[in-house]
Amino acid sequence: MGLVQQAARRDHGALVTALVFVPPAILLFTIFVILPLGQAAWFSLFKWNGLGWPHDFIGLRNYLRLWQSGSFRTAFGNNLLIILFSIVVQLPLGLGMALLLARRAWGAVAFRLIFFLPYVLADVAAGLIFRFVFDGNYGPVSSLIQAMGGSPLFMLASPSLAFTAIIIVVVWKYFGFHMMLYIAGLQGIDRQLYEAAEIDGANALQRFRSITLPQLAPMLKLSVFFSVIGALQLFDMVIPLTGGGPFEKTNTMVTFMYSFGITRMRVGYGSAVGVVLFLVCVIFALFYRRILMRDE
Amino acid sequence: MLKAMIGTVSLAAMLLATTAVVQAHTVIKIVHEETNPTEVALWKRIAADYEKLHPDVTVTYQYLENEAYKAKLPTMLQSSDRPDIIWSWGGGVMRAQIDAGYLRPLGAAAQAVVPNMIPADAAAYKVDGKYYGLPILHSEVCFFYNKELFAKAGVDANQIKTWSEFLAAVKKIKAAGITPITVGAGEKWPMHFYWAYLAMREGGARVIDEARAGKDGGFVAPAFVEAGQRLQELAALHPFQPGYVGTLALQAAGQFGDGRAAMQLMGNWLLNTQAGNAANGKGLPDSNIGIFGFPVVAGAPGKATDELGGVNGWLVTKTAPAAADDFLAFFFQPKYQQQAAVEGDYIPALAGTSAFIKDPIIRQIAISLEHATALQIFFDQALGPSVGRVVNDVSVAVAAGQMGAKAGAEAVQQAWEDEQ
Repeated sequence: MGLVQQAARRDHGALVTALVFVPPAILLFTIFVILPLGQAAWFSLFKWNGLGWPHDFIGLRNYLRLWQSGSFRTAFGNNLLIILFSIVVQLPLGLGMALLLARRAWGAVAFRLIFFLPYVLADVAAGLIFRFVFDGNYGPVSSLIQAMGGSPLFMLASPSLAFTAIIIVVVWKYFGFHMMLYIAGLQGIDRQLYEAAEIDGANALQRFRSITLPQLAPMLKLSVFFSVIGALQLFDMVIPLTGGGPFEKTNTMVTFMYSFGITRMRVGYGSAVGVVLFLVCVIFALFYRRILMRDE
Repeated sequence: MLKAMIGTVSLAAMLLATTAVVQAHTVIKIVHEETNPTEVALWKRIAADYEKLHPDVTVTYQYLENEAYKAKLPTMLQSSDRPDIIWSWGGGVMRAQIDAGYLRPLGAAAQAVVPNMIPADAAAYKVDGKYYGLPILHSEVCFFYNKELFAKAGVDANQIKTWSEFLAAVKKIKAAGITPITVGAGEKWPMHFYWAYLAMREGGARVIDEARAGKDGGFVAPAFVEAGQRLQELAALHPFQPGYVGTLALQAAGQFGDGRAAMQLMGNWLLNTQAGNAANGKGLPDSNIGIFGFPVVAGAPGKATDELGGVNGWLVTKTAPAAADDFLAFFFQPKYQQQAAVEGDYIPALAGTSAFIKDPIIRQIAISLEHATALQIFFDQALGPSVGRVVNDVSVAVAAGQMGAKAGAEAVQQAWEDEQ
């Protein structure tokens, strides 16, 4: 049999494999992702209270109202702030811890576990726990401040401090996860690179900048990606902690969608928020991929 | 041998299957948000008694927390998991459920109980001439105060009749170093009681109906703007507990039960929640709690006997079996509702049961309800889920100085127009 015929038969085998395995995946993806997406986009064109089927077509008025809504702008801004703080606070913290704990020093494994543990906790649980921690009457934070001579601090009742509380909980919960990513990345760096650099007379900072960071670059990009997507979806933690906060000041887009769409039985409006969130995520993912692809 | 065994087993299985079909089992699913343990125990007892008399029926209760219940109900009503009987506050949400076709009028068995109810309460569940549910209880919002703290501040609650007298009392209590009012403004609806009552005092008991009809510009009518201004007068005295904007309703109830504040404007269920959420689990004893009605505003049409409150009841969903109506008729037998009155669970809507109320404070409230010139359903229920929540938002924002009184009224009007 000629080479061409053998190649054709191999391709035929690959084609059969594709025909068997791809349709179920496409079917599942269509049913659980594409269809709901399309439905949400369709619902967003209606004024609908969530009961029965939508019948009150209002075109793009939901989007117009969203554009005019100060609360939505606050929620969108909050999402951006959470992304900012995640990248600026959480990632360096995770990286610092990773540098300290990547080696097999005494106690390193124990500390890795301790720092990773918050990530295992459910978001809702973290929100509830910290609701108690930040409570002005009974919480440890307020008690500490009172012990130092101050007056009780009601963090969750103040619009600015409530948002700080959310940032604190987000950083506390996720920096361990990023730390583990970086540890994995650090352990994959070739020792010989460091040895060569030492021989060449590079100091610790130069070694970090020239070897560690470039080698960790894929992990860093992954880390930023997780951070951003997680920050855009933040909901479970905000509801028990502040419920959208005093005067709707600590909403994220998803809590906004829940408060103003679902609980107020304005599902068309909520769907519009969902569509906007989807577009934001898609734009970010494409944009990010373009940067990633360019390097590779 | 094996064939014979298989044959016998299959025959037995078929016979069992047919008997199962003959004994059709009905399940009645009831969803609610009540937390009072004695009340829930009474309901479970009613279900158990009913099941004894009707072995082919099972009655199950499902509890959901207040906010979770309101958020989940639309989804539940449209799923295969639809409950048969649901807890309701009546008002706009009920109307939306009826319009969408998820409820059905009462069957004959339940309909027969309607004449036994207090007429005003039964009317709360009547839409377009048909009854869609039965009222369980009616409640009223009034000021609950700590007698000891009032005595310490030198304030006599019986002298508080007008708004200015109320503000003077608040000042006096604050001067005595006591937190005058505790409010769960974190959940917003406790704060809307103030705005709602003030609107009713400024504009008369029918202020909501008139606003709905568009009188004086609807919800920007002077009554609502003035309500916001009165609320700001109160807030300017800093009467609320520190961090009140973040306090949850049950936390505030616990604070009242702990004796950390002098008063709370709340529905009569506070007597139960203040005990359950206090640090010692017991709260204030009845002897230390007093009530007084919301003050009138001098020169405004609202009367002291116009009450804000609720009529909670059971609604029947569209796929509920006939057994559900039968169960409701069983539920509303005098002996059970009298038991609820004796236990102090709630003020039953069944006529003639208020005489059985033992607790003196609840009896006082029941009598005040009987003499009410008007009973307005909580604004956030009467106006429907969307406008209602805007009222809640506005109440807190105006009280906290985040929004002006006029801007608040305009926000409510805007939300109302959006819903039309």
